[in-house]
Amino acid sequence: MHTAAGAEARLPIRSDMDLVWVRQHVRQAAALIGFGLVDQTKLVTAASELARNTLVHGGGGQMEAARVSEHGTEGLRLVFTDTGPGIADLDRALSDGYTSGDGLGMGLGGARRLVHDFEVVSSPESGTTVRVTSWVTRPPRPREES
Amino acid sequence: MPEHEADGSPHTATPQVADFLRRRREQIAQRWADEPLFRTVFTVSRDEAVEAGKAVVDALAEVADAGRVEDPDAAGFSGVREQLARMGTARSRAGLSVTQVSSELSALWPPVDNLLLADLDQAPPEQVRTCAITLSRLLGTLRLVAMQTALSEGQALIDRQRMQLLEVATPVIKLWDGIVAVPLIGTLDSARSQVVMETLLNSVVEQHARFAILDITGVPTVDSLVAQHLMKTVAAARLMGAECVVSGIRPAIAQTIVHLGLDLGSVLTRASLADALAYCLHQLGTDIVDATPGGANLR
Repeated sequence: MHTAAGAEARLPIRSDMDLVWVRQHVRQAAALIGFGLVDQTKLVTAASELARNTLVHGGGGQMEAARVSEHGTEGLRLVFTDTGPGIADLDRALSDGYTSGDGLGMGLGGARRLVHDFEVVSSPESGTTVRVTSWVTRPPRPREES
Repeated sequence: MPEHEADGSPHTATPQVADFLRRRREQIAQRWADEPLFRTVFTVSRDEAVEAGKAVVDALAEVADAGRVEDPDAAGFSGVREQLARMGTARSRAGLSVTQVSSELSALWPPVDNLLLADLDQAPPEQVRTCAITLSRLLGTLRLVAMQTALSEGQALIDRQRMQLLEVATPVIKLWDGIVAVPLIGTLDSARSQVVMETLLNSVVEQHARFAILDITGVPTVDSLVAQHLMKTVAAARLMGAECVVSGIRPAIAQTIVHLGLDLGSVLTRASLADALAYCLHQLGTDIVDATPGGANLR
């Protein structure tokens, strides 16, 4: 796996204005890599949810975007990092309708359905890192629907 | 402290530098007037540029007198702060980057330095050196003051534009008797969606509206927070007796909402604003019919 320039960025997430920046960057990067309109919109929406989580629950952090390619398939990887209190019950946080604030409780679980690969690491000491990747041409993968 | 002792401290030379600046005020201002920074900002006449240059030299002399060559907050700078801001803003509006403006500011140093060296050609080398260092630090601080002011100007501009955006972006349009519409545009963050909700609910009362159309054609991203704002607005309007229709849901947005798992079942939606208007008119008992003879078809 290697990375190429163009989509690479490290953006701070400190205020709601930064969320606009995150969305715009992800949209441009996805278009550059060759995502279709629907996949662009999905990825931007997932980034918006995750960046808001980073801001609201993690107390701010950053997003790193990178263009990746694997077996000839191009993709965009987004890594959201914060140093907040971490997610206490990850399974519950990923389930729909559960919210620790006053939101709809669809953010984390919804974002997982909007991307191809989703990985979250969280602990009270090191905060939360969410790594998502979407691929331009969807590689064959097992069904994840429950 | 004995006067001849050059101990490396820059402050020992401040009186000499202040004297030098006052003595050579005219020449420095004349040379600065030819530099791009002054020449391009004060375009009315050369005299204007020279006067501006003199004001800056006076400020520098005052700061040197006070012995605060490295303090950007020194009282001496307050008189020229506004003028420096004007120069900095004018240059960045002309399309120069921060780096370019900064290098134009550093271009003010060599002419003064040359004058200083010419002035002190009889003086001992240590004294020349301390004077030159003091002068260089003083001009460095001037550059800092100018950049500081320009940057805070930029921040103020951003704040004003943000306020402007909040105000501009939410017009409520009366489409028909009893039907109002809000074309939503851009990012629906909490501050803006609050404004949208308030203006919409007010116009429902003012216009005696039975229907309110929220058009999201201009909203690039509908995530769970945006959907929540929409649902809250719809619920509030319903409490006031108005039915809400959300229109302008593009195909990509529709698919994303489904994947996200959002349930907009409680919200009446239509693909386009025209569909939403047709629906509302129909509900009000008014239908749009074709004027062609022989067939009045329901749209």
